[in-house]
Amino acid sequence: MSSVLAVCRRELRAYFTTPLAYVFIVIFLALNGATTFYFGGLFDRGQADMQPMFAFHPWLYLFLIPAVAMRLWAEERKSGTLELLMTLPLSTTQAVFGKFLSAWAFTAIALALTFPTWLTVAYLGDPDNGVIVTSYFGSLLMAGAYLAIGGFVSAMTRNQVIAFVVGAAAIFLFMMSGLELVMSIFQGWAPRFVVDLVQSLSFLSHYDSVVRGVVDLRDLVFFLSVMGVFLFANVVMVDLKRGA
Amino acid sequence: MSHMLEIDGLTKRFGSFTAVDGVSFTVDRGEVLGFLGPNGAGKTTAMRMVTGFLPPTAGRALVDGFDVTVDPIEVKRRIGFLPEGAPLYEDMTPIELLGFVADVRGLAGAAKREAIARAAVRINIESVMHQAIGTLSKGYKRRVGIAQAILHDPEILILDEPTDGLDPNQKHEVRRLINEMARDKVIVISTHLLEEVEVVCSRAIIIARGRIVADGTPVELESRSSYHNAVSIRLPRDRLAACRSCLEAIDGVVRIEVVSEGAPVAELVAFARDGQAIIDRVSEGLRRGDIRIEQIRVERGRLDEVFRNVTMAA
Repeated sequence: MSSVLAVCRRELRAYFTTPLAYVFIVIFLALNGATTFYFGGLFDRGQADMQPMFAFHPWLYLFLIPAVAMRLWAEERKSGTLELLMTLPLSTTQAVFGKFLSAWAFTAIALALTFPTWLTVAYLGDPDNGVIVTSYFGSLLMAGAYLAIGGFVSAMTRNQVIAFVVGAAAIFLFMMSGLELVMSIFQGWAPRFVVDLVQSLSFLSHYDSVVRGVVDLRDLVFFLSVMGVFLFANVVMVDLKRGA
Repeated sequence: MSHMLEIDGLTKRFGSFTAVDGVSFTVDRGEVLGFLGPNGAGKTTAMRMVTGFLPPTAGRALVDGFDVTVDPIEVKRRIGFLPEGAPLYEDMTPIELLGFVADVRGLAGAAKREAIARAAVRINIESVMHQAIGTLSKGYKRRVGIAQAILHDPEILILDEPTDGLDPNQKHEVRRLINEMARDKVIVISTHLLEEVEVVCSRAIIIARGRIVADGTPVELESRSSYHNAVSIRLPRDRLAACRSCLEAIDGVVRIEVVSEGAPVAELVAFARDGQAIIDRVSEGLRRGDIRIEQIRVERGRLDEVFRNVTMAA
């Protein structure tokens, strides 16, 4: 556990010693504000809730999360520090968890900095704070699932640009699996259960229900499973790439 | 009795290419093993397998009785490793990096602070502890790499080209440090600097194309050189011919090579048959022939020649 924390602390510090953290946070907050108030029309709705903000998170995360995840392994492989890390007494699983947790914690910090939106809503009206807390929770869960995918992709390459593009594409597929765009490809010919399966993999449908304030165990299990599967794949990929 | 480091039939294949091919050796406490070989001979690959970075295709590496593929964590705990090129997190400062390594190695509180301070003093990096590693000179980076390897006072120290890129003073420092730590540890260094082997190693293994082609103390290896027990002589140039004919008459001298003929001093080497001691006979012959010389010296043998012979023949 202490090794996981050591890796996590180191990675978190690495985010903040490079401009990446500040660029990311500034752009995330700027886009978050723009989407919430301009496209989401928070003020025009006449409702004291934060739905306009959370509705856009899957789309912001689509290209911001791969930017956080892309360096996790690709950078270590490129600079050769992977050899330093993996000859320290820690398992690949510990290293994967440490890195994932640092990226997740970093995302949580960025997400927490959206609190002025909540202050605005709380000042103007009387929001349902339970729903807001659940929404934050859902947003963080989804970010974690995205990060697990991005981390896995990062372990496949030593090129961070490739890690970013492929990571974003993979996440996009997962998001889209619930929409007409993808569903219509399967509807009509595929058996019902395949259609259901594809739909059940959708980030958006699971996310929507959490953000509405309904914490369904199935949604929780879904996001945790995605993280689990991709973290496991990440461990396998790191060991695989090391052996070759 | 079990050896501190025991390598048995270690093999690594990358596709159809065999980088390390059935390498076996043991190292005990107090030994400094020099791992020699031309570039691409498999030194680095072998070290990566022993330190648990690369899984071997076949064979095994035991550290203090632990198999690196079975108990990698136990093995890594006992090893301090400087990877080739000393890769480091360049955005960190040395004190942060050493702190991180200490955390992962389970050092905390006072033990952690002491370990970092001790390594920093030992390796002489105190003055740069708070500068980003990326901004440091090559010599300092290498030293930070060595500092993280010795941080936990490991029983086995594996250093891949520890003096590569260092200036002569820094090389001297690192070699002094290795000699200092040699007493109660197992130290394995890879290098292609032969003078390093003579200075720090108690034993040298030469590998070529993934196989061990020579294994012995530096003195033993030197004795395999055609220069072993050869006699080199410096003398005024006008006596060169006389000296030459005198040496040719001596039993045990197989060949005479003139190294330099530049006036006013010439230098030649008389090679001994099968490395037998010929110095007595040579000095005797020279005295009898009344050939006065400026300098005479017995060669121990030349490692670079042995290195060339064994690595080219393989």
